Amino acid sequence: MIRNIDFKICFSVIFLLTIFVGLFQSWGLALSILNLCLISGIMSMGVNIQWGFAGLINFGVMGFLAIGGLATVLVSVPPVYEAWAAGGVGILISGLFLAFIIFTIFFINKKLKKYKYKSYLVFFIIIISIPLLKFISGPSISKIESINAATSGFLGGANLPIIFSWFVGAILSAMVAFVVGKVCLGLRSDYLAISTLLVSGIIITIVKHEEWLSRGVKNVIGLKRPVPYEVDLQKSELFIKIIEFINFSKLSKNFDPEVNANLLNQLVISSSGVFVKFCFTIIFLSIVLIILYLSEKALNSPWGRMMRAIRDNEEAAKAMGKNVVKQHLFIFMLGSAIIGFAGAMLVTYDGLFTPSSYQPLRYTFLIWVMVLLGGTGNNYGAILGGFVVWFIWIQSAPFASVVINFTTNHLDDTSLIKEHLFNSVPYFRYLMMGCGLLLVMRYRPEGLLPEKVIKN
Amino acid sequence: MDFLNSIILLTNFIIVPGITYGSQLALGAIGVTLIYGVLRFANFAYGDLMAFGTMIVILVTWYLQSKGISFGLLPTALIALPVGILFTIAVSLFFDKTVFEYYREKKSNPVTFIVVSLGIMFVLNAVVRIIIGPNDINFMDGHKFIMKAREFKQLTGLNEGLAIKSTQVITLITTIITCALLFYFLNKTKTGKSMRAYSDNEDLALLSGIDPKRIVLLTWVIVSILATVAGTLYGLDKSFKPFTYFNNLLPIFAATIVGGIGNPLGAFYGGFLIAFSEIALTYAYKKFFKYLMPESLEPSTLIQFISTDYKFAISFAILIIVLIFRPNGIFKGKVI
Repeated sequence: MIRNIDFKICFSVIFLLTIFVGLFQSWGLALSILNLCLISGIMSMGVNIQWGFAGLINFGVMGFLAIGGLATVLVSVPPVYEAWAAGGVGILISGLFLAFIIFTIFFINKKLKKYKYKSYLVFFIIIISIPLLKFISGPSISKIESINAATSGFLGGANLPIIFSWFVGAILSAMVAFVVGKVCLGLRSDYLAISTLLVSGIIITIVKHEEWLSRGVKNVIGLKRPVPYEVDLQKSELFIKIIEFINFSKLSKNFDPEVNANLLNQLVISSSGVFVKFCFTIIFLSIVLIILYLSEKALNSPWGRMMRAIRDNEEAAKAMGKNVVKQHLFIFMLGSAIIGFAGAMLVTYDGLFTPSSYQPLRYTFLIWVMVLLGGTGNNYGAILGGFVVWFIWIQSAPFASVVINFTTNHLDDTSLIKEHLFNSVPYFRYLMMGCGLLLVMRYRPEGLLPEKVIKN
Repeated sequence: MDFLNSIILLTNFIIVPGITYGSQLALGAIGVTLIYGVLRFANFAYGDLMAFGTMIVILVTWYLQSKGISFGLLPTALIALPVGILFTIAVSLFFDKTVFEYYREKKSNPVTFIVVSLGIMFVLNAVVRIIIGPNDINFMDGHKFIMKAREFKQLTGLNEGLAIKSTQVITLITTIITCALLFYFLNKTKTGKSMRAYSDNEDLALLSGIDPKRIVLLTWVIVSILATVAGTLYGLDKSFKPFTYFNNLLPIFAATIVGGIGNPLGAFYGGFLIAFSEIALTYAYKKFFKYLMPESLEPSTLIQFISTDYKFAISFAILIIVLIFRPNGIFKGKVI
């Protein structure tokens, strides 16, 4: 793996850009960009597995990310016992009812294959069961939501360490992907794109409005962390000693002990933030490397060859006796699981779950730009794409303000045009993304790091 | 009396809003379906094209208002509409020349077209937000109501009021005119027929001497007109916000596919189907049944099929049901 040229390009670009930002802006910013880039890299690897390996177009990235985010809430938040006492039974009963309905539908699908009106029957059951489900769960939901509505108003989670939630997020996403895949994967590519986009819309609506489950638009804040808190670090003797040791030269310059203590205090506060981010970086980087390693192994295994064969010529693969439908479903679940994993990581890093922030532009299409720009079918390309796109996304606002400053130099500071342009600086990133995507699609459709054709 | 009251109640809360929203969706869906039929790809930039057209209309409206020009009882935006249409046509043709033409000549696969339209979506999104900002803008002026609920009550002596906004009537009339013209053009004129022929079978159309460049140009012109009209009507009726326009793309797609993609008449019906099911399934029928049932049977719950939060989800669910049972749409669309 180390000998691979793509690996070198990919990680040296990441390394150099991070160092650059660290030197010229600040190390805290550099690390926070790097962390989000690593998460983006995992997301784009998930999409790349579906699109690059198997040619499945999944515009439902946002939905799977939200499921991952929901998993962090369900796993790590302490349970709200009062809410469980008030409405837990009702929720459990409706959960059983839902399971029963799903089981019935599966049963009808399996046993009554020949029955002419099978689909109408399933449709009828679904139509009947929605009001029934509402009728059963309604009273307990309103009870749960009325308990401490300002601070909780939901069932809470399992109070486990948040790292577990990443895996739970992956499993939940894979389960949802199974259902979505069963329904949508038979469709032609552009239908698949539209329908997955719409399914992700449904998922977001559910996460947003089922307040008993996720607190919905009221958000969940103060999630747990797998790394220490800044406040604890600032109190820990060891950490202060280390900071003192690192900045020894700076501190030894002044002799006034009071000034020295103040300076040390500032250094401790600023470096505690950097240290926390650095801990995240180590965790994220190791996850990226693990997923990258597994994904490369898979790509070069017989299974990977089969997936590429299916992608390039479905008919021929079918003729060779490969079960295309099954493999498509499997890879769709696999990719979605990775996306769900990344979604849980993202929420963990942010420390808060805000369902209303999930928008297709940011969480579906931007990820797609990462994959397409980086190089479809190449894992290193996906990571590089994730890094470069996120870097541009973050840095385009300062860049745009420099450009605006330069072009409107001759104008007055009070000029309306100038003021208006400066107010709209955040939107220049969309412009850059769009132009970047169009240029790449036109002049380098295979992406920055194209797929390697492996000859065995 | 109770029966009349209940009918008025339904008209006020379901039929009138349903027709308005349905018309807006239908116009949008016809545009998407035409692009699909003739140019053979799903245009994700369509919602932002609508936003762009509406933005130009708003800017011209502001200009006219600052000059003191108004349209009497009707909103000024209707005068500004032609300018908006011209600009939208220019933008569409610009993107077609610079972006889509290349891929059309290369005969790229549909996914490439989708990805490219995503790029244009990003660009238009940015342009609209940079020029006019992301905020809610209300540009409706002129007479607000044709009939107020209170006036209706006084007029008829009923308990329930019927409010009709002028934008709702304008939407309906404009939609009828636009669709009548469009369907006349597609079905009766020679150019329209050649466009349909091209959509049906490209090679055969080329063999019979139809100029593909002209067809593509015409399609973009028609699509831009539809997008601007639909966007302006929606903005007049509710308000203009770039993000809402992007979100409206999803029900529009649903309407297009439900009606059979590539089939303009189907898209028209699809728009109304989606609009009515969104509104009818999220309406609470408690009051309606109160009028119809004897007092002893009065409902205690809201009698709402699903809560209003799931308004958008309904259209998506309809789409998915349609995709499972009739992948070509309710009205037969393109077999793809």
